[in-house]
Amino acid sequence: MVDEAPIIATGLNHFFGTGEARKQAIFDLNLTIKRGSLNFLMGPSGSGKTTVLTLMGCLREVQEGSVHLLGHELYGAGEARQVLLRRRLGFIFQAHNLHESLSATQNVLMGLQVHGQGSARKQMEAAQHMLGLVGLADRMDYLPAKLSGGQKQRVAVARALVANPEIVFADEPTAALDKKSGRTVVEMLKALGQTRGVTTVMVTHDNRIMELADRIITMEEGRVISDNAP
Amino acid sequence: MSRLLTLLFGRLPIGWLQLSHNKTRLAAAVAGVAFANLLVFMQLGILGALNVATVAPYALLRSDIMISAEDTHTLTDGSNIARAWMFQALGVPGVRAAMPLYVGNLEFKLTDGSSSTLQTFGLDVAQPDFAAPAIAAQLNGLEVENTAILDTKARGIPPEAFDGLRAGEPFSFEVNGQTLTAMAGIEVGGGFTADGTLIVSDQTFLRFFGKRSSGAPNHILLQVDDGVSVEVVVDRIRAAISTDSVIVRSMQAAAAADRTYQTTERPTGIIFGFGVLIGLIVGIVIVYQVLSTDVADHLREYATFKAMGYGHRFFLGIVFEEAIVLAFFGFIPGFLVSLGLYAGLRAASGLPVEMDATRAVVVLIGTLVACSISGAIATRRLAAADPADLF
Repeated sequence: MVDEAPIIATGLNHFFGTGEARKQAIFDLNLTIKRGSLNFLMGPSGSGKTTVLTLMGCLREVQEGSVHLLGHELYGAGEARQVLLRRRLGFIFQAHNLHESLSATQNVLMGLQVHGQGSARKQMEAAQHMLGLVGLADRMDYLPAKLSGGQKQRVAVARALVANPEIVFADEPTAALDKKSGRTVVEMLKALGQTRGVTTVMVTHDNRIMELADRIITMEEGRVISDNAP
Repeated sequence: MSRLLTLLFGRLPIGWLQLSHNKTRLAAAVAGVAFANLLVFMQLGILGALNVATVAPYALLRSDIMISAEDTHTLTDGSNIARAWMFQALGVPGVRAAMPLYVGNLEFKLTDGSSSTLQTFGLDVAQPDFAAPAIAAQLNGLEVENTAILDTKARGIPPEAFDGLRAGEPFSFEVNGQTLTAMAGIEVGGGFTADGTLIVSDQTFLRFFGKRSSGAPNHILLQVDDGVSVEVVVDRIRAAISTDSVIVRSMQAAAAADRTYQTTERPTGIIFGFGVLIGLIVGIVIVYQVLSTDVADHLREYATFKAMGYGHRFFLGIVFEEAIVLAFFGFIPGFLVSLGLYAGLRAASGLPVEMDATRAVVVLIGTLVACSISGAIATRRLAAADPADLF
């Protein structure tokens, strides 16, 4: 079941605020995401796509409905289970969110050390290899302040992918990248899906990469208005 | 440093890297902790000097038991007591010898008009066994009236004034309008109640303290027979002297009680004890401010780490790592500057302000505890790091 659908959302509703200010952001969302697929979430600002991304990525508590993530129900899941599940995920944020005090390599190492596996040397080799794959072999010891916006984003991509996540959640990962770099990153995610079964759910408005998507889900006012699910 | 901490923690030393990344903040934090350490060291140094100076006069005497008036807290306060108790105590089994002790303060006046207060002990020169060896060896010289053994480390008296005395020449000076001649010197130094020490015979003492009488010394010193328990003899004397007007204690107990009185009941001890507390609070507040600001500045990064699957213990580890780094880095300059200030204070006041290993270790442990408390308070801000806010 996990192999077939790493994410299954059923009857998902979500609200923000309390009392009279309570506002529904997601309405009865039902989605099944296939393993190894590259999925784009699209829609205007405020349509609820980021909320869906955070609900699926166990970054936000499921209030109503169900989200099955990698075989685990997130509704009512405790903090400890969520922390363990997050370790099987990779996150790429629109703002790279690199740690300013850590070098590029150290930032990527953080993606590995959370698992506490492998020797320090092997972790270092893996981090450096990953930075090489995103074209930053010559910037490994640079602090984020010394990197361009695109380079920072590529470090963030390396950090998200270095521990071989089962699912990657990405929020506008190509926004800070030039056309070529952006495409390279998305092609890498697609290749990971095809070769290792890594599933990607990505919020994007980047028309330059649309043809790479396996599935494009469009949302508006908290509802799915179109879905080219095969 | 990073490599060492990486080996130590088995992970990237995020706390250290964060602190060292902002060098201005690190320097300010270290200076703050060092300042707090300095405050604590100075207060403890003076408290330590108070302890040492309080018990130092007891070391000039060789006695097992001391009988004093019931209102006595120190060697110099309290009422005089009747010498008759001495004769009664001598009849108690186990008491080998007894000697009345006279204590008072005399003003040492120099030719330039300046003066020093000398704590003066009047001893029976026929009983040198009751004096410390350095005094006992010189005691027979005090049989001549108006002679003394003078503290050559007395505060306020130029050291060169004792050059002749050190060379074996008598040194005459004026006290209470009379001339006193020092025949020998001892090294004691100033304390909180007097600038130095003077040893005279009981007869000379009574001559200089005209209102005092030989029948009413300050204390009675007793020595017990060899092999006899001091506490047992103390109990026997208490039973034999059935009065509330005197207290009978071992010499050790008297010195300990004096020290406790000076540090917990006298204003000097209380003020410096309070100063230690203030130093700790200053340290805790400074470190809390630094750590709290640091946590607030890195909330986004911490939220990212939370999204990556790092648990709460990891973040606590970072904050405590920072607290420990600040504690060590602040302690070292605080300790070194304290050593310099101790030397300066010693030279300026003559007080026995000395650093010892126990104090250094206690302050280091106290610094670690204080910084950890600050860290524990600062970790409350970690709750604000919500990974859902990252998108």
